[in-house]
Amino acid sequence: MDIDGINKNCSSGIWVFIEQTDNKPKDVSCELLGQARVLAAQMKLAVTAVVIGHGVNQVAREAIAFGADKIFLVDGPEYEHYSTDAFSTVCTKLIYTYKPAVFLLGSTEIGRDLAPRVACRVKTGLIADCTGIYFAADDKQLIWTRPAYGEAAIAEVVCPERRPQMGTVRPQVFELPVRDAYRSGEIIQVDSPVSFNEIRTSLVKTLEKQSKNNSLKEADIVVAGGRGVGNVKQFLLLETLAKKLGGVVGASRAAVDEGWSDPACQIGQTGQIIKPKLYIACGISGAVHHLAGIAAARTVVAINKDPKAPIFKRAHYGIVGEIEQIIPALIEQLS
Amino acid sequence: MKIIVCVKQVPLTGDVALHPEKYTLLRQSALGMLNPYDKEAMEMALALREKHGGQIYVLSMGPEQAREILRECLAMGADEAVLLNDPCFSGSDTLATSYILAAGVRKLGGANLILCGQCALDGSTAQVGPELAAQLDFVQITRGINIDIESDILTVQRKTENGLEWLTASLPALVTILQAPQSSRLPTVKGAIRAKNKEIPAWNAVDLAVSRNSIGISGSPTRVRRIATPFVNTAVSCQLITGQTPEQSARVLIGKLRENLIL
Ligand SMILES: Cc1cc2nc3c(=O)[nH]c(=O)nc-3n(C[C@H](O)[C@H](O)[C@H](O)COP(=O)(O)OP(=O)(O)OC[C@H]3O[C@@H](n4cnc5c(N)ncnc54)[C@H](O)[C@@H]3O)c2cc1C
Ligand SMILES: Cc1cc2nc3c(=O)[nH]c(=O)nc-3n(C[C@H](O)[C@H](O)[C@H](O)COP(=O)(O)OP(=O)(O)OC[C@H]3O[C@@H](n4cnc5c(N)ncnc54)[C@H](O)[C@@H]3O)c2cc1C
Repeated sequence: MDIDGINKNCSSGIWVFIEQTDNKPKDVSCELLGQARVLAAQMKLAVTAVVIGHGVNQVAREAIAFGADKIFLVDGPEYEHYSTDAFSTVCTKLIYTYKPAVFLLGSTEIGRDLAPRVACRVKTGLIADCTGIYFAADDKQLIWTRPAYGEAAIAEVVCPERRPQMGTVRPQVFELPVRDAYRSGEIIQVDSPVSFNEIRTSLVKTLEKQSKNNSLKEADIVVAGGRGVGNVKQFLLLETLAKKLGGVVGASRAAVDEGWSDPACQIGQTGQIIKPKLYIACGISGAVHHLAGIAAARTVVAINKDPKAPIFKRAHYGIVGEIEQIIPALIEQLS
Repeated sequence: MKIIVCVKQVPLTGDVALHPEKYTLLRQSALGMLNPYDKEAMEMALALREKHGGQIYVLSMGPEQAREILRECLAMGADEAVLLNDPCFSGSDTLATSYILAAGVRKLGGANLILCGQCALDGSTAQVGPELAAQLDFVQITRGINIDIESDILTVQRKTENGLEWLTASLPALVTILQAPQSSRLPTVKGAIRAKNKEIPAWNAVDLAVSRNSIGISGSPTRVRRIATPFVNTAVSCQLITGQTPEQSARVLIGKLRENLIL
């Protein structure tokens, strides 16, 4: 394989891929525009947004309001639905033509489908699922941080030579910037480089989730139960406690395996990653796989009968005691 | 139908040793297991072979030790296994890894269908599958949970943020697997014996005719500069409430939470 990537000295500009739903940019894309502005000031570069879709003029204007100086807009029926083939071809062609220094995408389902396909096609590095981006002025490159080993560690990753430096970034890592409807920017319409017959996949059916289980992800207070809760009846008591606190109930994998809780409520590396203000772990030992899901929890309370349970190392407050006694006492206390 | 399943050995537990300077994994130091998502991919492959016939090849890039997981796949029912092993492969990032795997796929004579896990539990980038698809210019479908094939047309049920989605495409294709439909398949004694005796060839950089500029640390655009353990840095000191009645404990806890404006 010849390395036919982009010369680092000829690259410029920070690009953000704008993901959209219902003709509005997703929050994560706007958050990235905000961070791109911060980096652009340090690196003395402009911020460009890449908007791909069908009838998405409004998305382009919104991207300007959230911080883009320039928009590459690729609009056409080929882009009505996301497809790896069409979207990656557009990004690849734009990158080879305009040679950005940095390309940011959200660490969403689409971002993580698209970014590696593009990175490989332009022979550059891609840092996955980042939780931070810093500009190192001394060697003029970006330092990307990402959780490693099931969030037990944070890795700093760099892409020193090849361009663009690409990364997918988790939602809610950066602040949503203030929308400025009066910001001006330039919208450049790019002719579609893709025709329908180059899209090798077709979407034949979709089924929306009945209740989008975002409640755990967005909850400020989560009460979670593990194997130590003991039985389904006591698990239901967690529901009562959560209601009193205005929170929702989650579970460890062991509790899901026991059948006490729905798999959708599993918290951890192979479950949901949550970021509550208050997390109450009941009868959960605190395995790394579980802790992976609560790295962003602000205050952690653990209730466990074993004072040596690892969960106490991650907890701010702990009660050593039996679930069957403590949970009713807490409910009582809050009544 | 020729199916290639890409499998990776991942550390068993959360505690993994890192090379103190290069920050690459010292895989020898941790017991390895078959990446759980790759096991799902294997299940999917077995179900497809049951329906459509054909062969399942398993492919892993890794140290000698990765033979263990290849044997596990053979015991599950894979027909052939190949290890891609060369000291100069170590330190490969996802671009270099996908390049080496693509060379392995080509040397195997290609495939109708390639299955990868959705992500590997250690690096957890979820990039190798899509990058391998890009290397081979294969159709790419991620997050698959069910696959149906009818006269070379593939239908993949995938799990999305909003629910479910069905995509169709012509073979050849690469699908990354989130989970396989429930199976009741049990490892058989026959399978285990066959796996034990089966020859697993190992191919190195020369066998694969890969370019030195594109493999290992020198062929990887990304580098891990540093690894820190946030749990140590942000180590929280826990205020333990112990040795009290449940009522007292509950009162103290709620009191503290209110006092600190957490509630
Ligand atoms: C690849 C992989 C991925 C995984 N992904 C996840 C994941 O996403 N999420 C997840 O949660 N796990 C995950 N796990 C599993 C994880 O490793 C642990 O096995 C699991 O989290 C344990 O759940 P637990 O803490 O509820 O159970 P246990 O580890 O059994 O802990 C039970 C705890 O309850 C306490 N206890 C018992 N009785 C009582 C009582 N009467 N009163 C008070 N305390 C009591 C015990 O002291 C103990 O600490 C994964 C594992 C692997 C290998
Ligand atoms: C702390 C840390 C952070 C890292 N961050 C990055 C990063 O941001 N970007 C980057 O490019 N690299 C990164 N790497 C390197 C990356 O982990 C390796 O390239 C690794 O070989 C493959 O990546 P993965 O484990 O993420 O696999 P994934 O992409 O998560 O694996 C998905 C699937 O690909 C297949 N697969 C993956 N590896 C193999 C293999 N060796 N043999 C056969 N099949 C395989 C399996 O089917 C697997 O289920 C990082 C490494 C470390 C130690």
